[in-house]
Amino acid sequence: MSVNSNLASSVPYLPTEPRNGSRTPVRGRANGQAAIVPIRNFDSGAAKVCLQNVSLRYRTETGTELLALDRIDLKVRQGEFLCIVGPSGCGKSTLLHLIAALQKPTSGNILIDDASVTGPGTDRILIFQEHGLFPWLTVGENVEFGMKMKRLSKAEREERTRHYLRLVHLSQFKDSRPHQLSGGMRQRVALARALATEPDVLLMDEPFAALDAQTRDLLHDELERIWAETGRTIIFVTHNVREAVRLGDRVVLLSFRPGRVKREFEVELPRPRHLEEVDVARTAREILDNLRDEINKSLEVEYAEEKHG
Amino acid sequence: MASDVEKDAVYASGEAQDGRDDRHFVAQAGSVIHVPSALVNPSVRKTAERITRQVIFYATLLGIWALLAKLKVWPPYLFPAPWSVGEVLWDGLKDHSFLIGIAATMKRMLIGYGLSVVLGMILGLALASNKFLEETMGGLMVSLQSLPSICWVPLAILWFGLTERAILFVVLMGSLLSVTIAMEDGRKQLPKIFSMAGRNLGASGFRLFWHVLLPASLPYIVSGLKQGWAFAWRSLIQAEMIFLTLGLGQLLMAGRDLNDMSQVIAVMILIIALGYLVDRLVFRTAERLLQSRWGLASSI
Repeated sequence: MSVNSNLASSVPYLPTEPRNGSRTPVRGRANGQAAIVPIRNFDSGAAKVCLQNVSLRYRTETGTELLALDRIDLKVRQGEFLCIVGPSGCGKSTLLHLIAALQKPTSGNILIDDASVTGPGTDRILIFQEHGLFPWLTVGENVEFGMKMKRLSKAEREERTRHYLRLVHLSQFKDSRPHQLSGGMRQRVALARALATEPDVLLMDEPFAALDAQTRDLLHDELERIWAETGRTIIFVTHNVREAVRLGDRVVLLSFRPGRVKREFEVELPRPRHLEEVDVARTAREILDNLRDEINKSLEVEYAEEKHG
Repeated sequence: MASDVEKDAVYASGEAQDGRDDRHFVAQAGSVIHVPSALVNPSVRKTAERITRQVIFYATLLGIWALLAKLKVWPPYLFPAPWSVGEVLWDGLKDHSFLIGIAATMKRMLIGYGLSVVLGMILGLALASNKFLEETMGGLMVSLQSLPSICWVPLAILWFGLTERAILFVVLMGSLLSVTIAMEDGRKQLPKIFSMAGRNLGASGFRLFWHVLLPASLPYIVSGLKQGWAFAWRSLIQAEMIFLTLGLGQLLMAGRDLNDMSQVIAVMILIIALGYLVDRLVFRTAERLLQSRWGLASSI
């Protein structure tokens, strides 16, 4: 929290629509130098998702207690595309599990529209890195699953399945099995399945990390398009800084063990963006410089664990 | 495995790949002209070749057996000819004595195995979901499984006497443990992601179990059931040989008592054939079905 508190200020919340003609990669950038945007205080009334002082502590197999997440404060606006980056082991996936209520925080509050989260709900759907589809169901049945659990009528389920499969360009594959599809197609099915329950918030846990570069590029475009069309709030976790800059309105940097919000960056590049754009690369570079310490810390721990093992 | 892009490209261009699923898949995409001839299908040709090789192998084996019997290398009462074994088999089936034996054995099998499946599933699920039970009874289960099932026979006789219940008890003890352990393992190996995905999509309680956990663990359940069947089959034949009540085990021992080597071999062939048939028809079919649906590679 030390970094945050230094930077904490009363900078008012500003909407993040790209300013016309502006090519500044990071807000307030001057003389070619990126300005780090401090964490803004906007009252929770404006937030779609709000994490207040969320900590998670658990006991490892060796019996030592580990503080995975430490007093996380985070506010996500309605319709915002928020990316969370951090080194492996910083608890970024865990954070999503907490928001999805698949895990309970040790302390702190998680609010959706100012209401405390009590259990899993189809207002927040999580998309996993891979293997999240049910192999015993067809593509269509997978997409239907969440709606079936919501007890929607058969007619409505079929209608929505058709709609969302069309949205991800997989209409022809309704009756295929997940294993017959490529990795990229499977993630599109997962996206359709999540969208079909019409959630307010999409939680994406490194959804494209297992894909090859070309497929990932295509899915970035599709995700951006679908986000623009549906207006969903997206919280996207990745270890790939460039991917975060490519997609996010805002990038939140988590520190390594315990996971804390180290810094936040507003990305104000005009959309659609591309991974190979110079501005994207430069912005990623700036964020990466901040991330480097944390990556080194995580590597040190890994090496130490290797020695002990 | 082909990379995603390659795979996409293959699908897009409608190029047929090996295996049924892919052709089915491409046909669905509607971009390929279907060639309905089985002869073109490489997998059908491969199966035909495999069957041919198997026929040649068994014919050769039978030929060597017939030759050795014809040459009278060993006396016929120790080494009967294939045709005399065949004759015994035919007679036994014709006068129903073998069929009655098979029916008696199968009836015990269904009762004993059925019991062990029900109990094993309950026990296995209990062990997998309760840490205390797992730590205490889990170890006991594994150590008990090292006991050959025939070792339960003396205990069963003292408890139940020479009765049907004693045989069923031996069968139960023979297969219960393996079903239990397989169920427990399956439940524990079950990837966490399915339950997480299910809960995330709004399933909970019984609906989570019925729509997610149960289908997700089906491959493990089937392999547990298969193993249980194999154990039950062995235990039952062993028990029947000792209890000498109507059944395949008893027919086998009768062959020995009558010094009728042909009958001994005929009953052995029956036991092998039945075990193999059930394995093929029931369990392999179930596994195949699961594999093609689940997209699992090779055997589970």
